[in-house]
Amino acid sequence: MSHELTRRDAMAALSVVGASLAGCVAPSTDSDGGTDDGEQSLTDHDRETLSAVAEVLYPDDVTEIEPFVARYVAGRTSDRPEHATGIEDAVAYLDEYCRAWFDSEFTALSADDRDQALRRMGVDEVDPDPAGGDVERLRYYLLNDLLLALYASPTGGELVGIENPPGHPGGLVSYQRGPQS
Amino acid sequence: MSEDRTPSDRADVCVIGAGPAGALIAHRLAAASQEVVVLEAGPRFDPERRIEQMEDALRPSHGRPDVWGMGGERDAFTSSGERHYPLNHSRVKGVGGSTLHWQGMVMRLHERDFEVESRDGVGTDWPIDYDELRPYYAEAEAALGVAGASDNPFAPPREKPHPMAAFEPSHSDSIFAEACESLGITTHSVPNARNSEPYDDRSTCVGYGTCKPVCPSGAKYDATSHVGKAEAAGARVIDRVPVQRLEHDDAGERVTAAVYATPDGATHRQEADQFVIAAGGVETPRLLLLSDSPQYPDGLANSSGLVGRYFTEHLFAGTGGVIERPTRQHHVGFNTTESHHFYDDPAAGTDSGVPPAEADSADIGAIKLEFLNYAGPSPVETALTDGGWGDQLRDRIADTYGNSLAVGALVEQTPRRENRVTLDRSRTDDHGNPVPEIHWGLDGRTRRTIRRANEIQEAILEELGAEITWQVGPENTGPASHHMGTTRMGSDPGASVVDHRGRTHDLSNLWIGGSSVFPTGGAMNPTLSIAALALRTADRV
Ligand SMILES: Cc1cc2nc3c(=O)[nH]c(=O)nc-3n(C[C@H](O)[C@H](O)[C@H](O)COP(=O)(O)OP(=O)(O)OC[C@H]3O[C@@H](n4cnc5c(N)ncnc54)[C@H](O)[C@@H]3O)c2cc1C
Ligand code: SF4
Repeated sequence: MSHELTRRDAMAALSVVGASLAGCVAPSTDSDGGTDDGEQSLTDHDRETLSAVAEVLYPDDVTEIEPFVARYVAGRTSDRPEHATGIEDAVAYLDEYCRAWFDSEFTALSADDRDQALRRMGVDEVDPDPAGGDVERLRYYLLNDLLLALYASPTGGELVGIENPPGHPGGLVSYQRGPQS
Repeated sequence: MSEDRTPSDRADVCVIGAGPAGALIAHRLAAASQEVVVLEAGPRFDPERRIEQMEDALRPSHGRPDVWGMGGERDAFTSSGERHYPLNHSRVKGVGGSTLHWQGMVMRLHERDFEVESRDGVGTDWPIDYDELRPYYAEAEAALGVAGASDNPFAPPREKPHPMAAFEPSHSDSIFAEACESLGITTHSVPNARNSEPYDDRSTCVGYGTCKPVCPSGAKYDATSHVGKAEAAGARVIDRVPVQRLEHDDAGERVTAAVYATPDGATHRQEADQFVIAAGGVETPRLLLLSDSPQYPDGLANSSGLVGRYFTEHLFAGTGGVIERPTRQHHVGFNTTESHHFYDDPAAGTDSGVPPAEADSADIGAIKLEFLNYAGPSPVETALTDGGWGDQLRDRIADTYGNSLAVGALVEQTPRRENRVTLDRSRTDDHGNPVPEIHWGLDGRTRRTIRRANEIQEAILEELGAEITWQVGPENTGPASHHMGTTRMGSDPGASVVDHRGRTHDLSNLWIGGSSVFPTGGAMNPTLSIAALALRTADRV
């Protein structure tokens, strides 16, 4: 079964991270996820890199990743410039690392090499830390940010059996009912 | 927001601390046209930031105390007892106090809790009984907004239903209900200080599931509510002004001023006719000890020598495991079923499965069982700590989430004289004051009670055919963040710090609000009783 990430998921994820929903609910070019307004301090390359990282992190059957990530990140960074800087720095470090080991930027790598690049740098081993070293910050700003966005959204929750995951204001019905399938 | 932190010219009442005790007292007195000034050590938190705080709480890189800014030099402390006491995990400094972080379970003490000495020969009796507090409990439930039902056969008598309907039981409650029924254990709803419907201009609970440490919707009661009401009634609330000491008159009979520090380094004196300390069960005795004087060489209002003594907590006991069916945890962050079956008579067994305890009921304290709606790791927690990704991560999350369940319990701690809050004169806080030192340990009766709670929990999980994977028992137990006993209430000035009204025996205009006045603590979360006593004290100030 494919699990399509929807606009509702992006908004749900944003409600977790405290971002303004304005950028998300405003009419926007849905297809590429680009939003209007000047809230985007990240470059296209930053956003493409985040989507590329999400493709590695999210389970294979999750679809519509790019618009989900674009909407999520847009809302996320509009209220929190320091968070945007954290993401920019993490993307810059990721590219620098990939150029050193693979001779190209992260987005230009094959799916396998992207996975390898992250493993090789040991991002799976370090603790996430917004004030830590390069790899710890990368874990915080790229990996954990994107994993939080997915697993605090209804679609991400449903992948593992919870329609109203912590952080999502999913109401008072789901906790009372038994398994759905 | 009040930027002017200079003292008010004229104040009838100065309240120290803006948690629920201080806020309720300030509100009631301001509503009665008293000039009230509230001095609060911590900041006003911006409600707009609550969703961000929730994110921090979900992310493993931010520790629990960080979410509400606890820690650092301001909050330094020493823990020197037989058990470590994690003080900054168990309180918040700020407008709203520790209710910013709390869980919001609110139940009345049972009648037996007011007379444990008479019944069991331990601790001491309260100078008031349940009937005396009963009308104030009803007022407290209306003030906080309690969702509850009258389905608890063990609860003390009440006059009318709770202000809101109880939350419906969870799916996981229904699993426990079957097991408890066959074991002959009676279960019932949990009174929650959270909105099951819109109440007092706050929204209905929307199921964020992160109640402890932060509810972004405002559905969970916190004391910013009564701080707001107090301000609307004319009280002045000044944040970030820790009171350093209290001064008294030459006779040592009345407090004359609260000396407080401001963020810009200034020191001011707030004078008032009456003073109420509501600084929590650790800072209240600390402030009295810091306010020593030639008349009170052992600390203000401390003729009894009991200021800081009998520091009493509730202990957590828990047993958890997995069963072969989905348990649907973590949809909400609060509990919907509990049991007071083993509260008044913890040693008794049931007819059909729970054996009696080896000890007599007088040798075991009260036990309140809680059926958790948030057992085991949540998906987000696993996702952010696992380190992996992709399908493998998804599979591991699905494996660890889904089949967990747990029965927790609050267990009564026998008050002990040697459990106490003192001043550690070898360390100072950000204002150069000696930090609080917590001496804390458990006696045999408390350990027995924890063990008894574990026995009952095991019986329930075994009845369900669960595989038990963890247990919190007498050796690895921890405190429930309830700071009681350190300025105990009583009739005898030689054996207590405040009288039945909450006024110190030593000084005629010094009052204390909060669970530091509890002579014993039962096994009920304390804040409804704090609120009831605060309202009662406010009527007498
Ligand atoms: C994690 C957690 C979960 C909890 N869950 C529950 C629950 O489910 N049910 C329940 O009943 N209780 C619960 N509690 C306990 C509950 O929060 C407290 O009982 C309650 O907040 C105490 O109220 P208070 O007003 O006496 O003190 P507090 O709420 O602690 O407020 C005291 C205030 O005084 C201020 N202060 C301290 N010193 C000074 C000074 N020198 N000058 C000026 N101000 C000062 C502090 O900054 C603070 O804001 C929980 C607590 C925690 C931490
Ligand atoms: S589940 Fe808890 S955090 Fe969520 S809205 Fe309800 S009370 Fe608030």
